[in-house]
Amino acid sequence: MSAIILLLLGLGGMAAGYLVYSRFIATHIYKLDPNYRTPAHEYEDGVDFVPTNRYVLWGHHFTSVAGAAPIVGPAIAVIWGWLPAFLWVVLGTIFFAGVHDSGALWASVRNRAKSVGALTGEVVGARARTVFMIVIFLVLLMVNAVFGVVIAKLLINNPGSVVPVWGAIAVALVIGQLIYRRVIGLGVVSVVGVIALYGLIYVGPQVPVSLPDQVMGLSANASWILLLFGYAAIASLLPVWVLLQPRDYINGLQLFVGLILLYGAVLIGNPTVVAPMINSDLPANTPSLLPLLFVTIACGAISGFHGLVASGTSSKQLDKEPDARFVGYFGAIGEGSLALAAIIAATAGFASLADWQAVYTAFGQGSLTAFVDGGANILAGGLGMDVGVAATLLTVMAALFAGTTMDTGLRLQRYIFQEWGEIYQQKWMTRPLPATLLAVASCLLLAFGAGGADGSGGLLIWPLFGTTNQLLAGLTLLVITIMLVKRGRPAIYTLAPLAFLLVMTVFALLMQLKSFYEKEDWFLLGLDVVVLVAALLVTLECLAALKRAFSAPPETV
Amino acid sequence: MAGKAQLFFKRLGELGAQYYNAPYRAAIARARRDEEDLFMLLVFSEMMGIPNPAAWSTLELQPLLMARFHEWHTRMGMERSPLDHFRCC
Repeated sequence: MSAIILLLLGLGGMAAGYLVYSRFIATHIYKLDPNYRTPAHEYEDGVDFVPTNRYVLWGHHFTSVAGAAPIVGPAIAVIWGWLPAFLWVVLGTIFFAGVHDSGALWASVRNRAKSVGALTGEVVGARARTVFMIVIFLVLLMVNAVFGVVIAKLLINNPGSVVPVWGAIAVALVIGQLIYRRVIGLGVVSVVGVIALYGLIYVGPQVPVSLPDQVMGLSANASWILLLFGYAAIASLLPVWVLLQPRDYINGLQLFVGLILLYGAVLIGNPTVVAPMINSDLPANTPSLLPLLFVTIACGAISGFHGLVASGTSSKQLDKEPDARFVGYFGAIGEGSLALAAIIAATAGFASLADWQAVYTAFGQGSLTAFVDGGANILAGGLGMDVGVAATLLTVMAALFAGTTMDTGLRLQRYIFQEWGEIYQQKWMTRPLPATLLAVASCLLLAFGAGGADGSGGLLIWPLFGTTNQLLAGLTLLVITIMLVKRGRPAIYTLAPLAFLLVMTVFALLMQLKSFYEKEDWFLLGLDVVVLVAALLVTLECLAALKRAFSAPPETV
Repeated sequence: MAGKAQLFFKRLGELGAQYYNAPYRAAIARARRDEEDLFMLLVFSEMMGIPNPAAWSTLELQPLLMARFHEWHTRMGMERSPLDHFRCC
């Protein structure tokens, strides 16, 4: 089948979702009101609360939620064939992610722009808030560990990308200084930065760098993981404008360039989808599609992380309440289209079915490597790029996304440790450096604990990460549902996704528990139990809160 | 025509700057405030008994900083000026 059909069906479906379903949700369920005074106006302070142009707001909402996760998930999940992943991404974006993201914005805007965490405490209860904190910590822990493993793997697979990936940090440092000191205007800086980055990408394959196989008893993979965490620890301690801000900016530009290139190459080259529609020849030990598909693809179909961004920063800048539809729902569609591009790259970027099967030899194989190799073939076929350069381009894109997520993630984890230091009166833990070291240590423990000393099996925790992320989304949906019930409006549009998510996550956790037990992998078994307990707590909170909400008479708000 | 294009690019530049700055406004404002606190401490250090080798120069700055002095001592959690001989409010 032609990949163009897949692309048009996917984008068409999501566009229809935006035009029809999101309009229905915005006008009849959330009842977004253009005359409502948003917190950005009510508390305008020029710092946190600033009414912002909706296109700008959409731009950084989208670029903060889109990262490596919507690429990794789909690129693993196509092992079941392209159809299940495609359907879950498209339908998930339309009926789950869009409703969840715009709903999180709406809920936050209607509650003085509070974050989902604070809202859980207020709308659901103090106990739910504690659960929420635990779930957030688990999400951050897993995302950092997994991304460290993923980048290490990318760097080893494509030695040509080592120079541009690390060089991008230097480019960002220079750009940051140029902008901060107002040496030249933003437009010129952006052009110079993008040219420098793509220059590095072009040069990279000519100067490949590989680490020696053994350094002080560590494999190359393990050394890269340690180096990456060393970098992330330093980066997370630097002031944001030195590195994080310019890096985010370059990533944003890269995201748009990468998406345009990939979609353009598919339209011009018209590659054929070689992967089967539904894979009947699954490698041994592949878990069953139901329920694992729904936790393998979290970002790209529905992800709790979006709720954090929506309620943390975007809601404080929303100019008019109806903008929530564009920023939230269309932001989810942006992410869905990235996941769609990942599906196409990982299914249509191979010459034949045999080549595809040679990559997808076991569950967890493929992932970013398949995206990079497949995507490079598509770019080469459609735009006539050199395959090596194209692969480097995609590797850099994925590695930069994952890297920025790592240093933001470590920063947030450090805040949590610092907060715990305050709560439990451990003075040393409230300082940035020890708290960062604790965060790094916990991530390394997970990365190596899950994958052995060479850190190669860290991707095994990917479905657990997806599960935790879905639990977070579940908590946000719970907040929205209760707000709807209190207002006497139909709750089915958020309640149905919530129920679906909870059933799938608990089901997936139990399935994995069984497989970890059979493999005698006690570390992952323990982690699974922790997440399972969190999932059960979330479910119980949902049942209790919904029971309370439905039995109380609707308020007139 | 040229005017229109110029206006368009100017608008584009403004939006770009917003895009660059919006996510980090709060963090940068906080950092700037910390820097300001340190600077104030340096300028008024002599009054609090902290020897300052640059006192000669910082003394000249004091009258210029009166307005900010008020903001600073309230931010530091002191309702009134902490210095007996240096009234503020």
